[in-house]
Amino acid sequence: MTLAVSDRRPPLRVGLSRDDLTMRLGVVLLALVLLLIVGLPLWALLAKGFEDRDGKFVWFANYAAYFSTPALFDSALNSFKVAAVTTLVVVPLSFLYAYALTRAVLPLRWLFQGISLIPIFAPSLLPGLALIYLFGNQGFFKGLLGGPIYGFDGIVIAQIFYCFPHATLILVTALSTADARLYEAADALGASKLRVFFTVTLPGAKYGLISAALVVFTLVITDFGIAKVIGGNFNVLATDVYKQVIGQQNFSMGAVVGMVLLAPAALAFVVDRLVQRKQVALLTARAVPLVPKPKLGRDLFFTAFCSLVSVGILAILGMAAWGSLIKYWPYNLTLTLGNYEFTNFDASGWDSYFNSLRMALGAAIVGTALTFVGAWLNEKTKGFGLMRGVVQFLAFLPMAVPGLVLGLGYIFFFNAPNNPLNFIYATMAILVVNTVAHFYTVGHLTATTALKQIDPEFESVSASLKVPIWRTFGRVTAPICLPAILDVAIYMFVNAMTTVSSVIFLYAPDTKLASVAAVNIEEAGTTAAAAALCIVIVITSAAVKALHVLADRFLLGRLQAWRRR
Amino acid sequence: MTMMTTLRRAATLGAVALATVGLAGEAWAQKTRLTVYTAIENEQLEPFKKAFEADNPNIEIAWVRDSTGVMTAKLIAEKDNPRADVVWGLAASSLGQMASMGMIEPYTPAGSQRLKPIFKSGKNPETWVGMDAFLAVVCFNTAEADKNKKPKPASWADLVKPEYKDSIVMPNPASSGTGYLTVAGWLTIMGEEAGWKFMDALHQNVSQYLHSGSAPCVQAAKGERLIGIGFDMRGASEKTKGAPIDLIVPKEGLGWEMEATAIVKGTKNLDAAKKLADWSASRKANELYGKYYAIVADPEVKSMPANYPADGERLMAKVDVDWMAKNRDRILAEWTKRYDGKSAPKAR
Repeated sequence: MTLAVSDRRPPLRVGLSRDDLTMRLGVVLLALVLLLIVGLPLWALLAKGFEDRDGKFVWFANYAAYFSTPALFDSALNSFKVAAVTTLVVVPLSFLYAYALTRAVLPLRWLFQGISLIPIFAPSLLPGLALIYLFGNQGFFKGLLGGPIYGFDGIVIAQIFYCFPHATLILVTALSTADARLYEAADALGASKLRVFFTVTLPGAKYGLISAALVVFTLVITDFGIAKVIGGNFNVLATDVYKQVIGQQNFSMGAVVGMVLLAPAALAFVVDRLVQRKQVALLTARAVPLVPKPKLGRDLFFTAFCSLVSVGILAILGMAAWGSLIKYWPYNLTLTLGNYEFTNFDASGWDSYFNSLRMALGAAIVGTALTFVGAWLNEKTKGFGLMRGVVQFLAFLPMAVPGLVLGLGYIFFFNAPNNPLNFIYATMAILVVNTVAHFYTVGHLTATTALKQIDPEFESVSASLKVPIWRTFGRVTAPICLPAILDVAIYMFVNAMTTVSSVIFLYAPDTKLASVAAVNIEEAGTTAAAAALCIVIVITSAAVKALHVLADRFLLGRLQAWRRR
Repeated sequence: MTMMTTLRRAATLGAVALATVGLAGEAWAQKTRLTVYTAIENEQLEPFKKAFEADNPNIEIAWVRDSTGVMTAKLIAEKDNPRADVVWGLAASSLGQMASMGMIEPYTPAGSQRLKPIFKSGKNPETWVGMDAFLAVVCFNTAEADKNKKPKPASWADLVKPEYKDSIVMPNPASSGTGYLTVAGWLTIMGEEAGWKFMDALHQNVSQYLHSGSAPCVQAAKGERLIGIGFDMRGASEKTKGAPIDLIVPKEGLGWEMEATAIVKGTKNLDAAKKLADWSASRKANELYGKYYAIVADPEVKSMPANYPADGERLMAKVDVDWMAKNRDRILAEWTKRYDGKSAPKAR
């Protein structure tokens, strides 16, 4: 019977292989997981945008009310301005920096690479505090900016600091998997340096460049921590959400602004789809990795450039570190270590720090596994466009969501009495899940960028050799992408150490986090102790990063030897 | 199949990782563990917990503490499945809001009859009982004033003088409860029309509307601004730490709010929760509040913490809490229209 049926099948329709089926199943599972940790919690809050404060369904009444306030337009315009300016500064800056790290021979390259990551190690409170120490009305360089630091200037400077490593991380990944043969060919054909740059380097990094721009733009649009500390009267959409939710407990209006904020994400998603179609694999099976050769002029230029950027980053960090030792700024500048005795400033003392460590470790493990396997499934599954589109969209969402919208959504979704998952509410697990979801996008993008640069030939060859696809994953794909995998793990770890806006709604008596404690301490006026806690967080993440560099060296030596000639 | 095994392995690994980090506090054998949500200041948490537990050795307090706005938002968001047993130390207006949503277990704590009537919800049984009052005062930086030859203000009327141009910060009432009680206080003292006129004039001197009630006095204390209008206790504690500021109670009177206690409806530890509510209204508790605040619920407790403004209680505006709650949306909309939308260019 079965034979007869299969005989009647049109000969061209080759059935799905076992690999294809398992991959598709994996994609469906991934979509379900993302729906649970991103889609449904978000909807739990955003749905409130269609209800009045008593929970009655009111269609678009809240939207009508919101769009008729003149302040909305101002906030939207301000958000756009800040995000656009920051993106225009950060992306070229990061590109040059990433280019220097990957394509020039720098002395102390590892040091420059490490410094470029410092801002990501710091809670967003840190640049705000440091800038006030530097340029505030009592600051060392007050007046240097020709106006007060509070407002547009302050937000943009702090955002540049805060977004720089995010863009650099993506661009280093994009630039480090180049095929040396292309450059050799261009060289042999006598192409000018400029021409090579525009026809080989830029197209190869295009996906990374656009990803970086999208990430920076949406990061700025959704961040309220910086705007809150240093924004002055400069209203942006994210502070509007804060006013509605924290100031007035008006979840309906908060949901409306949250929905407006999703517009950039939708745009990012469309742009990404368009670009993706054109991206070609860089690292073909026959590729030869590019190893930069010393060249004096270029190397000098890039060393100078990287030094300049590094000094800027270190100045902000150094100011915060010094501020953390000051007794009572600006009236008593004697130095003390007293600000590091956190029990005097926050009841949870050092406990919150250890909670943060556990949370960050959990987020790094769970987050890396999920984002990498997820990105791999989504990249390497053949066909199945609709479901993969759903996954891609859900992976993009978290980036565009302000933390407090996600945090509140988690309360509504995971605390619902009829949700079978509500046992994880008020535990460490929900903090881990929330953080993984919150930072899913960049992990996903980094993994995808790395995966895209691997020739699909690897899979085809494996398939023709009847090697199951998971073995190719374990033996070829994952080892090739190991640097990117470690990058994602570190990214998850350090963000878990610094995140505030979402987890502030979710911690329980035993699970308060250091980043939240820092915000509480700052609100209580003890700026120096808040700076001190920020510094402890920076040192921790920097130490973890140093371990990563060591591991990278070792693993790169063992697993990536094939990259070298 | 093999893929599934891999996935399952990955899932198990994930679950193990989650479990390892998720080992939050194991059961405390016989003690009742009360989850208490609060917005009291950090330095008060330990003393309050210790004092209560000393009298109630079978009950343990587990705090969740954040700012008033965050705690109120969290409580309301958790409405369908409350996680807190008791709220001890949250703005009475927030508790009033929760009461109107049916989220409070009414209970009149033993001995609360003694307390000043203004510190009670007035319902029978009570929905909330007050602890202490805080005021929106003027924090004035004397060091910066000396440097720039600025006179010390004594009244709200003084603050609109041109010499204070761009030197005042106050909380944005749309972001901060302290901001709203300040504005509501003005409208009560001066009447609506004169109140808005005053704010129009004050707006010319305000350099920033901040997003928190503590921040204005902190910024004044650090010389970032000459004058901050905000939460009194924060100003007093900054002064104790060595900040060159004076706390001024403007002679026209001022807005205020109180911290209060309530039991959350649906608590699984109602008996223990009642014990805490009783204790929070006791003389002992009020003496504890008096270490931090000058105005407490118990009329017998006379207190004057260091550097606290003296005549605050006499000048408390006769604000009508119900009026404040009912008119909140209207006042905030008007305030936002007048001052928030056009505030951006001023930052330059």
